[in-house]
Amino acid sequence: MKFREYVAYRLVLAIFVIIGVVTLVFFVSRVIPSDPAALYVGAHPTPEAIEKAREQLHLNDPLIKQYAYYLWSLLHGDLGISIRTHNPVAQDLKSAFTATFELILVAEFIAILIGIPLGVYSAVKKDSWLDNLSRLFAISGVSLPAFWFGIVLQLIFFKHLQLLPLAGRVDTVVLLQHPLKVITGFYLIDSLITGNIPVFIDALKHIILPAITLAMYPIGLITRQVRSMMIEVLQENYIRTAWAYGIPPRRIYFKYALKNAIAPALITIGLSFAYTLVGAFLVELIFNWPGLGRYAAYSILSMDYPAVLGVTIVAATAYVFINLIVDIVQVYLDPRIKL
Amino acid sequence: MRKEEMLKILFRNKLSILGLSIIIALVLIAILAPILAPYPEQALGEPNLKERLQPPSWKHPFGTDHLGRDVLSRVIYGTRTSLVIGFSVVALALLIGVPLGLIAGYFGGKMDLAVMRITDIFLAFPPLLLALLIATTLGRGMVNAILALAISWWPWYTRLARGMAISVKERPYVEAAKAMGIADWKIMLRHILPNSISPVIVQATMDMGSAILEAAALSFLGLGVQPPTPDWGLMVSEGKDYFLNYWWYPVFPGLAIFITVIAFNLLGDAVREVIDPRLRRRFL
Repeated sequence: MKFREYVAYRLVLAIFVIIGVVTLVFFVSRVIPSDPAALYVGAHPTPEAIEKAREQLHLNDPLIKQYAYYLWSLLHGDLGISIRTHNPVAQDLKSAFTATFELILVAEFIAILIGIPLGVYSAVKKDSWLDNLSRLFAISGVSLPAFWFGIVLQLIFFKHLQLLPLAGRVDTVVLLQHPLKVITGFYLIDSLITGNIPVFIDALKHIILPAITLAMYPIGLITRQVRSMMIEVLQENYIRTAWAYGIPPRRIYFKYALKNAIAPALITIGLSFAYTLVGAFLVELIFNWPGLGRYAAYSILSMDYPAVLGVTIVAATAYVFINLIVDIVQVYLDPRIKL
Repeated sequence: MRKEEMLKILFRNKLSILGLSIIIALVLIAILAPILAPYPEQALGEPNLKERLQPPSWKHPFGTDHLGRDVLSRVIYGTRTSLVIGFSVVALALLIGVPLGLIAGYFGGKMDLAVMRITDIFLAFPPLLLALLIATTLGRGMVNAILALAISWWPWYTRLARGMAISVKERPYVEAAKAMGIADWKIMLRHILPNSISPVIVQATMDMGSAILEAAALSFLGLGVQPPTPDWGLMVSEGKDYFLNYWWYPVFPGLAIFITVIAFNLLGDAVREVIDPRLRRRFL
């Protein structure tokens, strides 16, 4: 199979998986609850409201016809109306997207920056105290309840050290004094390219704690993956040859060995991206970060059923595509993988 | 995998011994909760309004919560809730997943294809997301949270059981049983199941940490255990409204979650290397 054929094949496969995902979400929403219309209306339903919802959702039609209606509206980007905000769910999600994306990118950046060197040194110094310490750190990363760790960080850095702000994305006072021209929607980038330094510094201060909280799990995953791959690669003949040539250790580890150890780590990084999508539900709630995660968490807390369904479909679709991209990139980078 | 081999590897690794000791301690705490907890009646929800939000002291080593209840007692009783939830989720997921995996692996062909495509769809969801949706659909409550987690969890065990069944079904004794004309379901029950179940069970035990963490997240979002039941996730959730002035309220229950999950993961890490180094498992 050629590379291009492989990409096409995977794309088709991904579309089938997404159809499966959407179907599963439909059946969960229509088959499990005794009365989906009541769930759609929210708390304190009136008989009229339920009847109206029943009409809108085509609940009086046969299931297969309901399914067709549901797919049709999804294809048109219609995710229903939120009970809590009274806006179309798709519109709510769109406006929250960049805030989450900015947070996830910074978190992944931190995770890669810490995870890869930690994994490399852990493998190089295998079974030393440094290795044990970094393994314990990595396991802690995947065992931390994010919603609790966020609170602990707030206690330390806001309450006691008074170094960083408690929550939010940027201080409204700072924003009022130095209005930000929105170009990309990423506060860090927009403030930087328009030379709005006070907003940049303030936004940076706001993003540090939620990003670290969100990064803990990916750090754990990446460190472990890089460590185990590096241990394998460091035993290869070509590394021994490199030693014999007298190449400096740093260059052997980070150039020759890491290059071959990084491909599987890419999968892990991709997977951890997907994890941060759901991790953001908890982290954004704690840090009052105006993104998809906080929207999802509020929707769940207020039992806003259409919004929860919409978020689920969007996040699951994103997850499928992230996996797809990771697989394709890996095949592209590593020609040894059989197509 | 032989038992002696497994034990040897387990005890070679200091971190896995640490994990195992913590788990044993947690089980003991859960069993002995009524004896260990200084205020059992407060642990189960009885308010004590005279002593609201007291800082840690000799009388209340972990302080008191917004209803004056002893946080230590509630954390001790929360061990029960957590272990029960973790165990139920994993047991239920095994009950759904293993039979399906055995059927898919044993019969192969179209049956296998159908079951595997269904697991693909379930695994296409990021961890926790499907459970959140199902829990929202079913409504709040501990039993619903357990159901939601189990329904999103079983495909892992289906895959594992299927792989085992495929390797076991080629063995001579299975072929002999087939040649003797023994019914398929009997072969599966008597020969395939006993010979493929142990790695699945071990994996499931290790997964209890992740199950507990995900259940805590559900409770934190108000979907899982409801007050006044003592539950760590719920306590962090309630405590977050008070944490700036009363740090002990969310910090101790959260620490309990962290220690429990890390114990299962420490043990699981060592065991996972033994069973199958390529098996990639999820955590929250």
